[in-house]
Amino acid sequence: MTMASTIAPAEAPTFHLAQEHEHPEGHSTMLGFWIYLMSDCLIFAILFATYGVLGASYAAGPGPKDLFELPLVALNTTMLLLSSITYGFAMLAMDKGRAGATQAWLAVTGLFGLAFIGIELYEFAHLIHIGATPQRSAFLSSFFALVGTHGLHVTFGLIWLVTLMVQVGLRGLVPANRRRLMCLSLFWHFLDVIWIGVFTFVYLMGMLR
Amino acid sequence: MSEGSPALHAIFGRLTLESFPIHEPILVVTFAVVALGGLALFAAVTRYGLWGYLWREWFTSVDHKRIGIMYMVLGLVMLIRGVSDAVMMRLQQAMAFNGSEGYLNAHHYDQLFTVHGVIMIFFVAMPLVTGLMNYVVPLQIGARDVSFPFLNNFSFWMTVGGAVLVMMSLFVGEFARTGWLAYPPLSGIGYSPDVGVDYYIWALQVAGVGTTLSGVNLICTIIKMRAPGMTMMRLPVFTWTSLCTNVLIVASFPVLTVVLALLSADRYLGTNFFTNDFGGNPMMYVNLIWIWGHPEVYILILPAFGIFSEVASTFSGKRLFGYTSMVYATVVITVLSYLVWLHHFFTMGSGASVNSFFGITTMIISIPTGAKIFNWLFTMYRGRIRFELPMMWTLAFMLTFVVGGMTGVLLAVPPADFVLHNSLFLVAHFHNVIIGGVLFGLFAGITYWFPKAFGFRLDPTWGKISFWCWVVGFWLAFMPLYILGLMGVTRRMRVFDDPSLQIWFVIAGLGAALIVAGIAAFLVQIYVSIRRREALRDLTGDPWHGRTLEWATSSPPPAYNFAFTPVAHDGDAWWDMKARGYERPLTGYRAIHMPRNTGAGIVLAGISVALGFALIWYIWWLAALSFAALLTVAIGHTFNYHRSFHISADEVVRVEDARTRQLAVQG
Amino acid sequence: MSTQAHTGPEVHADGAAAHHGDHAHGSLRGYLIGFGLSVLLTAIPFWIVMAEPFASKQVAGFAVMGFAAVQIVVHMVYFLHMNTHSDEGWTMMALIFTIIILVIVLSGSLWVMYHLNANMMPPHVMDQMK
Repeated sequence: MTMASTIAPAEAPTFHLAQEHEHPEGHSTMLGFWIYLMSDCLIFAILFATYGVLGASYAAGPGPKDLFELPLVALNTTMLLLSSITYGFAMLAMDKGRAGATQAWLAVTGLFGLAFIGIELYEFAHLIHIGATPQRSAFLSSFFALVGTHGLHVTFGLIWLVTLMVQVGLRGLVPANRRRLMCLSLFWHFLDVIWIGVFTFVYLMGMLR
Repeated sequence: MSEGSPALHAIFGRLTLESFPIHEPILVVTFAVVALGGLALFAAVTRYGLWGYLWREWFTSVDHKRIGIMYMVLGLVMLIRGVSDAVMMRLQQAMAFNGSEGYLNAHHYDQLFTVHGVIMIFFVAMPLVTGLMNYVVPLQIGARDVSFPFLNNFSFWMTVGGAVLVMMSLFVGEFARTGWLAYPPLSGIGYSPDVGVDYYIWALQVAGVGTTLSGVNLICTIIKMRAPGMTMMRLPVFTWTSLCTNVLIVASFPVLTVVLALLSADRYLGTNFFTNDFGGNPMMYVNLIWIWGHPEVYILILPAFGIFSEVASTFSGKRLFGYTSMVYATVVITVLSYLVWLHHFFTMGSGASVNSFFGITTMIISIPTGAKIFNWLFTMYRGRIRFELPMMWTLAFMLTFVVGGMTGVLLAVPPADFVLHNSLFLVAHFHNVIIGGVLFGLFAGITYWFPKAFGFRLDPTWGKISFWCWVVGFWLAFMPLYILGLMGVTRRMRVFDDPSLQIWFVIAGLGAALIVAGIAAFLVQIYVSIRRREALRDLTGDPWHGRTLEWATSSPPPAYNFAFTPVAHDGDAWWDMKARGYERPLTGYRAIHMPRNTGAGIVLAGISVALGFALIWYIWWLAALSFAALLTVAIGHTFNYHRSFHISADEVVRVEDARTRQLAVQG
Repeated sequence: MSTQAHTGPEVHADGAAAHHGDHAHGSLRGYLIGFGLSVLLTAIPFWIVMAEPFASKQVAGFAVMGFAAVQIVVHMVYFLHMNTHSDEGWTMMALIFTIIILVIVLSGSLWVMYHLNANMMPPHVMDQMK
């Protein structure tokens, strides 16, 4: 391509490209989105730090052992793990250029994500019902902030996922849509990684305390 | 506010007629002046039919150069507001002795020192720094635009949105009275039940989104859009420092976002993160906000270091001394800036081990900074120095900043800090580094790159008047504060008992007056330069005999920056091209692929302001509505797949031939 | 990069073809391995906490944290397809930098606040907070 015109003998260097040096549209998108994810990662880092510092301040209220139900958490984790692998299948379908299969796997992923959010909301409602509200103690404030922020991210992921299903339906697997699907893939799997931190640090370690 | 009927309350939240400060004469007069000025501007724009032009060519522009200029305008407008606040404080402190209460009540004065800090950091220094980076970086790396042009426009308008919210607080309600970092429990709902802290929170959240995204954007631009041949170790130093600054932005602004979100949860939902009871811990807020706050300092100063490097090497006519060490020093500062945050609260009581660790890391960070100073000195050594304005700012910086750095090292010693913390010594120290470092750097940068952006130089006479007023004014205004601080005077005081202190405040007030004269001279300089633009015109595109690629194109550069993508063979790519007899190509132009303008950025930012306003005043219906609108517009924007167009080869030929004729006239 | 600096301009081929291989989306096999490993690495820590096979809570805690760390790496490799060559290594660079900042922020905050509490909070106040 442009190689021939730029690598010239040392005595006659080329100072510009005769051909247009094309940066294809969206060629920085994946890196840009990854960097955005890194900043999102720090959002969670601060929430983890807050939980780490305030997580033992029960203010004479309930603690993890009084509140957490590990089977429920295990079920929730399963939902998210399953949604991860189904998103992977969506990406494989995309690689093969099958728009319909991609949409179908996205739909399955969305259902698992919805189940995750549903279970989380059930857990939150239960906690609030028994008086373990975010206002009750610093421990509960930081618990709801950390787990809730993760849940909000999943919710936005779901909105995005539906949008992409529509867009794939409208335009098929054009490069722009492929790029967007890849970004959402990063986002979705990233939330999975954060959830590993949440169930380990908050739920499992909380029960060990 | 409790008098209103439930219906009014549902519509307007806690916004009532009493929220408008009509009983404060100072504010009423200010409002009258601002309103008249605004009306005059509005009338003028309408009279000359400029709205369409502004909308098409500027507000919706995704051109990094136009966005950069808009950032600069924002920063300079807000600078005037921030300086007015400073002058009011100086006047108050010079007056309030011998039983006099001064002319500001506590309610107003406390807002002043808060808003001064917030505006100067977030809406003056940040926009000016971002503006310069936006303008210069793509040119320096030989790119046509940034990686994500729409995002760039959106980021700018979000920053404006934050500034609008802060300005709004002047006339609708009030601003925070907590100091610029709004420490709880003072900023909690118990002690600050009014809208002030909410204005603070939402202004910073809206602007913070813009800042973070523009950080992502510029990192990608530098990594992915470099011209062929421009390896990382051939990047201009300003681009290097911009890269590090944006890394710091992306890795620190999320912290601010979370901290403010948690504070708002405390205020809006009654959670207990930073409260005094139910297990909350206000010191956690202080800890977290300084994890953002310290890198923020380097976000501001690193680009200034980059500017000084460019200026020192250009005006000494030499390659920058120790380029590699400069790069490594910048990178080391970037990482170390995350290891020093506790020095802002040594007195919190973490104990000797913690304090010594952070004291030592703080002292270590002065080593790469010192290395930079020596690099600039050695760049100048045996150089053919031209004392143009940017170089004068650089020299003033080196003299002033070293003093600020030294007092910083002094404050890094925990026992000394126990004596000096929260005193005017500290105030003098950070003004010394921010004015003497960041602001002088920005003025150097503005004077240096102005001819690139507009095609004519700034008038040197008025520039020199401004320079001397600023430098002398700075020393006069802040040296007394060092002395007062050593005598134990704490910051943020409104009235004083000890009459022997007054003389120092009067001197500081005179210094502030000189700084105001400096700003006035700067504005006159711009006006005079525009009037005399034909005399100051530069047709070459390279008025300073520059070294880096931004000087390789015309001034102002065409929309596409470079008709042909340049190829770099050397760190000082343009210098190398000139030295080896580079001839500007006159034929063979091709169509150029460019991003398309869009109004989505300004619309989204406008909705965000509405959302912020609604949340500040508890107008829940508006909050819900604007949130829904935000989502709808954001998603709707993603359905637009036609985001680029081609500048035709004919158009490129027309622009480039015009330049060829100009250059021929020049001779 | 610097090795090429003197031989001539380094042209990073930005053509679409060169970028195609940058972001591998993995294979069916990769996803299945990743899924299998993460199921295992999730199930074991849950079992450790729920069935309490370890007498010492400290041992159990370290084990749980260890499994989490391994699982995060598994997700990074098999689901996020982290490698050292995509975008010329810049994604890896960004990740490493983020991990450094993350460690500093987390351990720093805990360390600072622990010492603060130890120094400034008398034991009886601490007890009341529990």
